[in-house]
Amino acid sequence: MESLRRIAVPVAAIAAFLAVWEALVRINGWPNYVMASPSDLPAAYAQFWELFLVGAWQTLWRTVAGLALAVVFGLLLGMIMGFSRVMRDALYPLLVGFNAIPKATLVPVLALLFIGQHDFNTVMMAFLISFFPIAVSVGIGLSTLEPEYRDILRSLGASRFTIFRKIALPKTLPEFFGALKVSVTLAFIGTNLVEIVSPHGRGLGALFLSGQTNSNYPLMFAVLIALAVLGIALYYAVVALERTFAGWAERQAT
Amino acid sequence: MDNLIEIRGVRHAYQTGAGPLPVLDGLDISVPKGEFCAVVGPSGCGKSTLTRLVAGLMKPDAGEVWLDGEKVTSPRKTVGMAFQNPVLLEWRSILDNVILPLEIVAPAMPRRDRVARAEALLEMVGLEGFEAKRPSELSGGMRQRASLCRAIVHKPDVLIMDEPFGALDNFTREDLWQTMRDLRAKEPFTAVLITHDLRESVFLGDQVVVLSGRPARTQHILNVDLPQDRTIDVLYTQKAADMLHTLRDQIKIAQGRAPEAA
Ligand SMILES: Nc1ncnc2c1ncn2[C@@H]1O[C@H](COP(=O)(O)OP(=O)(O)OP(=O)(O)O)[C@@H](O)[C@H]1O
Ligand SMILES: [Mg+2]
Repeated sequence: MESLRRIAVPVAAIAAFLAVWEALVRINGWPNYVMASPSDLPAAYAQFWELFLVGAWQTLWRTVAGLALAVVFGLLLGMIMGFSRVMRDALYPLLVGFNAIPKATLVPVLALLFIGQHDFNTVMMAFLISFFPIAVSVGIGLSTLEPEYRDILRSLGASRFTIFRKIALPKTLPEFFGALKVSVTLAFIGTNLVEIVSPHGRGLGALFLSGQTNSNYPLMFAVLIALAVLGIALYYAVVALERTFAGWAERQAT
Repeated sequence: MDNLIEIRGVRHAYQTGAGPLPVLDGLDISVPKGEFCAVVGPSGCGKSTLTRLVAGLMKPDAGEVWLDGEKVTSPRKTVGMAFQNPVLLEWRSILDNVILPLEIVAPAMPRRDRVARAEALLEMVGLEGFEAKRPSELSGGMRQRASLCRAIVHKPDVLIMDEPFGALDNFTREDLWQTMRDLRAKEPFTAVLITHDLRESVFLGDQVVVLSGRPARTQHILNVDLPQDRTIDVLYTQKAADMLHTLRDQIKIAQGRAPEAA
């Protein structure tokens, strides 16, 4: 019963959203080239389904690759900042400054640095845009570890690495996954940004661009919906990982 | 040397932004094997610092700490620690929390033996049936019991406790005193108990060390000559009342106030 409700409610919400969208287009009598309606979309998917599959796959793997890089690099950076005060003081302003740069400005920079390396550039952008939350949350999680937690094992002569593995790392997992949920959406945006902005791009972003050039508005909207679906799938993949590895942090509803 | 714990002329200062802050200044404590040493003193006088020195987590600026005939220079596996905050790991069950020190101290010990040891201890403190629970599912007193089990699961020579019952209500606290007394009869540790509860120090201690205000030195040592198998009733005897009175006066002196005229 409970599981039925958990599926039925979001599905109903999406159906309601589509109905309102359809109604708006019909009531206002908007033609296709102003605003496509949900009923236009199946035709677009049917016509371009191969392009959608290829594009979705390209967007997906480059996002995941960028995110994976962000996890590795963010964890490393977070550990360095979490364990060393000096490094924290040194790196923090750099990181904040870097994060403040609008990432769209990096597209031409990357494109010039690595000419023609479209896959590489896209992965790089997904990575650059998404590592910051991970680094910061892991750094803060580690540096705010209560000394007693360390002392339970340190008083037994355990090595720093053992303390990290058995206490510090698991204890920061909830913060890490909180950051990962932000990062996964950021990485996705980074990938799409490069796909849409750069000429001869790949992925769903490039499909969107070709829809625009050919004034195929139903296609453009179909891409947007596909992007939304992919984004939801990625987000809930992270949620599933969180349940598996940090499910203990969830408070029991009492 | 007969004393399992020997603290001689220990001095220590913290380096702070405003210069060195002397915390311990000439501390002497001796605890014979198997005995229970309660330490009381004004707030902020350096009691927690003392526990960190005994555990080898810090080195004193001067003086020496000896455990079982060896000079302490670094942490050692023969020490167990418990704090005011039970610091249980939320991602582990109660049983696995208790087992944790064994993973460090006895990595080769089979899981079956670890579980058996932890279960035996949990039963001793009245936590049988809670092995699979998460820490957040237990009451504060139960968590502290689990924390005590974790502190002694690896059969340490020395058990160091820093106000372990400080955050508990009075009734729970008295329950835990009795649990502590029973554990002592079955487990072979020598204990240092930091506390701010004078009744606790008399009920559990074989000796009570009063520290002076910061920087702390050993101001007074009270020998608690009460029978080993004490009940809470013992605290209501004349003998205990006299001891509590002495301790109260000593604390007043430590705080820099004159004891009230009797
Ligand atoms: N790491 C540190 N750096 C600088 N000063 C410290 C540090 N740890 C403790 N102190 C200071 O040293 C003094 C003694 O601290 P300690 O924690 O040992 O006292 P305590 O007797 O345990 O106090 P309480 O009764 O409140 O638990 C305090 O004034 C404290 O502010
Ligand atoms: Mg203290």
